[in-house]
Parts: sequence; structure tokens; C-alpha cells
Amino acid sequence: MEILVCVKRVPDTSENEIEINAEGNDIERDDLVYSINEPDNYAVEEALRMVERAGGIVTVATVGGEDDEEVLRREMAMGAKQAALLSDESFDGSDARGIATVLKGFVQKGKYDLVLTGVQAEDGGAQVGGMLAAMLDYPFASLVTGIEALDGRKLKITREIEGGNKEIYEIDLPCVLSIQTGINEPRYVGMRGIRQVASVPISALGAADLGVEDGAVGAAAARVKRLDYFVPPAGKGAEMLSGGRAEIIDRLIELLKARGGLQ
Amino acid sequence: MPRIFACIEHKAGVADDSAAELAAAAKRIDAAQVPVAVVAGWGPGLDAVCEALRPAYSEIWRIADRALAHPDAEPLRKALASVLPRGSIVLVPHAHFGVDLSPGLSIKLDAAFVSDVLQIEGAEGAWLKVVRQEFGGQVSAHVRCDISSGAVINIRPGAFRPLESANAAGRVVDQSARIGDLTVRRRYLETVASETGGVDISKEPVLVSIGRGIQAQENVAIAEELAAAMGGAVSCSRPVVDAKWDKSRQVGSSGCTVKPRVYLACGISGSFQHLVGIKGNPLVVAINKNPKAPIFRAADVGIVDDILEFLPALTDRIREQ
Repeated sequence: MEILVCVKRVPDTSENEIEINAEGNDIERDDLVYSINEPDNYAVEEALRMVERAGGIVTVATVGGEDDEEVLRREMAMGAKQAALLSDESFDGSDARGIATVLKGFVQKGKYDLVLTGVQAEDGGAQVGGMLAAMLDYPFASLVTGIEALDGRKLKITREIEGGNKEIYEIDLPCVLSIQTGINEPRYVGMRGIRQVASVPISALGAADLGVEDGAVGAAAARVKRLDYFVPPAGKGAEMLSGGRAEIIDRLIELLKARGGLQ
Repeated sequence: MPRIFACIEHKAGVADDSAAELAAAAKRIDAAQVPVAVVAGWGPGLDAVCEALRPAYSEIWRIADRALAHPDAEPLRKALASVLPRGSIVLVPHAHFGVDLSPGLSIKLDAAFVSDVLQIEGAEGAWLKVVRQEFGGQVSAHVRCDISSGAVINIRPGAFRPLESANAAGRVVDQSARIGDLTVRRRYLETVASETGGVDISKEPVLVSIGRGIQAQENVAIAEELAAAMGGAVSCSRPVVDAKWDKSRQVGSSGCTVKPRVYLACGISGSFQHLVGIKGNPLVVAINKNPKAPIFRAADVGIVDDILEFLPALTDRIREQ
């Protein structure tokens, strides 16, 4: 089984408070800690488990620049055998459709049985996987929380729906699946593992290599564009309790008693 | 302005609440038109859904096909690509079904796609300006979308207040003959209901709910001790379930809906998928060490502190009393 996992490097929101820059046109990026988008990491782990059972190799790819290489290295340290950085000035400013167009070019250069993405990027909209599937005319399923290989180039998949319920589908290969967190427990990657793959070559492919036409990607082709960032309105806003911890606790206990939270 | 269509989710002959919200969202795009509802399915409930939508929609496009008996995005996407006029604006609830359906639908219709829209500021020429959120709701963004070739727009459930008076008296138009071949390479097998654990959190009056801030499995005991002292139970958000804790304790759109008197959100960031699971207007107390956590916008009472220190101190104080 040849599996491609499309990954993205994003600011790690569990490590960072996201602030908006003075111009309001971007988030403050100077001191951000970046990491692999969390659901993408689950997708790589799932791909690795599938090839450990059935044979094959896992390739990881990302659309971006030099800085994004670090997440490819990290996923290679997990066990991905090949990595590709899809990078070209003409890709800058692409919307999700543009990113899916670049990935489509890469998929068509290989012979992948299965393409995985994470369900959603921290700064995204749960959209590239579904677009990519439609462009390739592959079947698609989102929010996947279980994959089982069946005979005859088919998978049995589980998708998360509302209320803790699950839908079970059979899906033909090749297909695109977007992977939800919790599908597995991603393996640990230490610094040592990353050092071991530090010199493994990562192929860099541009628009010409991928057959991506001018005008199909980039800022000019983007139909969706972010204009600015702003702080969300406070809504009703919480009453913030301040003071020493003991003082806060006494005030909280009063509030809890008033609302029947304590006898 | 292009014609606006709304994809209606329904179950057992009843339209989802989002049906009225999509009609309200359509009004924000173009106040001058009453949108068209698209209702796909099979069986006796379908006509009841169509009938119930007549006040809010100018037309109800009914699509009946056995392949659509279960709400399955793959055949529905094919049907919609055959039926919908090019250049239309298509509104879809941004839930488990819409996430499956919409991105691919935008490609098949050669339309723009905007995901998870909270507000619509209005259209100006070819551009529609909307509001989205990024980074788990920590920041909002204005986004503009080129609607000149049409657009598929996923609308966040609960973000638009339904219109108060509606009497469009829409007519039901059967479009079933136009859907073409719905053969797809993904086949629905079954739906598996959630497993309920020993504790039913939907019935608990007091919930101590834990999120990523709990950090490690062994710290769950801190929350359990507080819940015991308060006479409640422990629930959790998605990251805690991902770390292999009990799925039946998860609050949110893909977990359980709860309606306690008091909800303590401990180390929970407050994504909308989590917040929609809290109903019945409880006292929501948020404890989080990140003062910018979105949970503080939704809570009644906020405390900026580390839950690993705060919760044991609160437990001790409650036990003293």
C-alpha cells in the first residue's frame, strides 16, 4: 500500500497565546512555537500502522517554504520513508482551492492507493482534503476515526457524527480520507529520532514539476481571501474573579451555593 | 445577485434547527430574496420536512431517491451538482455532514468555498464579506469571497438567529427526475450508537469538566475528588478523550449534550464544538491559565489559574465547610 499524507506546519495553540499584530493583518508570529498540525500527526501515525500491517510506504508532503521542512523531518523520524516539499513563489497567497490544486499535481505524479489529511488545520477550514478528492474524482470521507483494510482494494471506515455516534462505510481505493484526532495514539518522536533523519534528502518540487498552471494558484487565483484579524467580541463576558487564590475560592463557593452547585 | 439555496439536514421527518438559521443567513447575503430549500431523502418523512419549510423558503426542492435514504454526502454531492444552477450560492450547516459534503461540492460546481462562517457582513459587487474564526476561536478574521462563479458557504450552527416572522408560503418542487446517476464508490453500511459508560453525564446536576489543561491521566483524580466533594461527576472535552479517556464523558457536538445547574470548565479552551454541548443555561465557571482562552467569552465566571493547583485548593476548602 502506498499512502500519501498531506501535512501542515502551524502555530501550536497549546503552547502559544495567539495575539494579533499592530497592523491587524496577521497574528504576532515572532515568538510562536510551530509544530505539525495535530490531526495531521494522527494521520501519519495511522498510515504507518497500515503499512506495518500490509506493507508499503508512507510519503509525507506539504505545501510551503523552507521553514516547513521541519515538520516533514519530524514525520520522517516517525517512520515516513519519503517526503516532498511543494514550494514555488507562484503558490504564495493560494486559498484552499489553490493548495488542493498543488497537491493534486503531486498525487498525479505518484501511484498512491490512499491519500490522508488531518481533519482541519488550526488556521484552516477542514476543506483541502474534500477539494482534493473532488479534483481527483476519488471518493472521500471526513472525520475518520477508524480504518480497516478489506479484501479487493476496499477499506471499512468509521466516521464520527454527532452525539458520540459513528457511521460505518465501505470505500473503494484510491480515496481521500480526513483523519480525526483520537483515531490512534501517535508514537513519540525524540530529538534523537529527528537527528537520525537530518540528512535524508527531501525532494523539492515547484509548479513546473507538478504541472501546475499559472493562474490556477496563488493570490491572483484565490477566490477566498482573509482581509484582517481582529479580537472576537467579548460576548456577555465572564465576571473575572481576581485577588489571592483563597479569596477567589471563597467568592466562587458563594456563587456555587447561590446556583445550587454546592449544598 | 445569484439565487441562494439552503441544504436542509433532517431526521425522522423533522428539519434540523439549522434550517431556520440558514434562511436567516441568506437574508444577510441578500435581503431582497427568499431562499430555496433543498431537501433530499427517501421515505415517508420527506414530505413532512418539505411542508414544515414552506413559511421560510420561497421554493422547496424535493429530491427523493433510495440512495439518499441515509444522509450520505457522496451521492448527495452528485445529485446537487446535477440539480443546482451554476453560479448559485449554496448554504450548508457546518456540522459533520457539511464537512463531508461541501468542499467537494464547491469543486464540482466550480464555486468558491468558505468554511464555518459565523457572521455575514454583506455583499458588494462580486465580493461577499464574512467573519470566521481561527486558532480554536482565539482570533476572528474578516474574509472576502468572490461569488461571481457562485459559492458554497458552510454556516456555523447556532450563529444566526432565526427570523421571527416568515410567511413565504413556498411551493414544493420535485427535482427527483433531474439528479442523474447516483452511483458512488463509498457505501453506507450502518450507524453505531454511542456507548454509555457507568455515568450518564447528561443527567448530572454538577459537572467538573476537564480539558487539555489536565495534562496527564494521573491528574484526573484531582477532578474526581472535586466532583465527589461537590456531589457531581467528571466530564471532559475532546483532547482528553483523544488521550484514551472514556468517550461517554465527552461534552460537545461529537459527544454528549449536558444540562447541569453548574458547569466547571477546567483547563478547557472553549471551542464552539465543545460549547454547543452545554445547554440549559447553567452557571459556567471557567478556570484556565491562558487569559485569552475563548472559554472566558462564554463563561459566567472566570478564574485565571492553573487547574492542577486551583482544583485541589477548592476541594480542600469545600471539604472544610
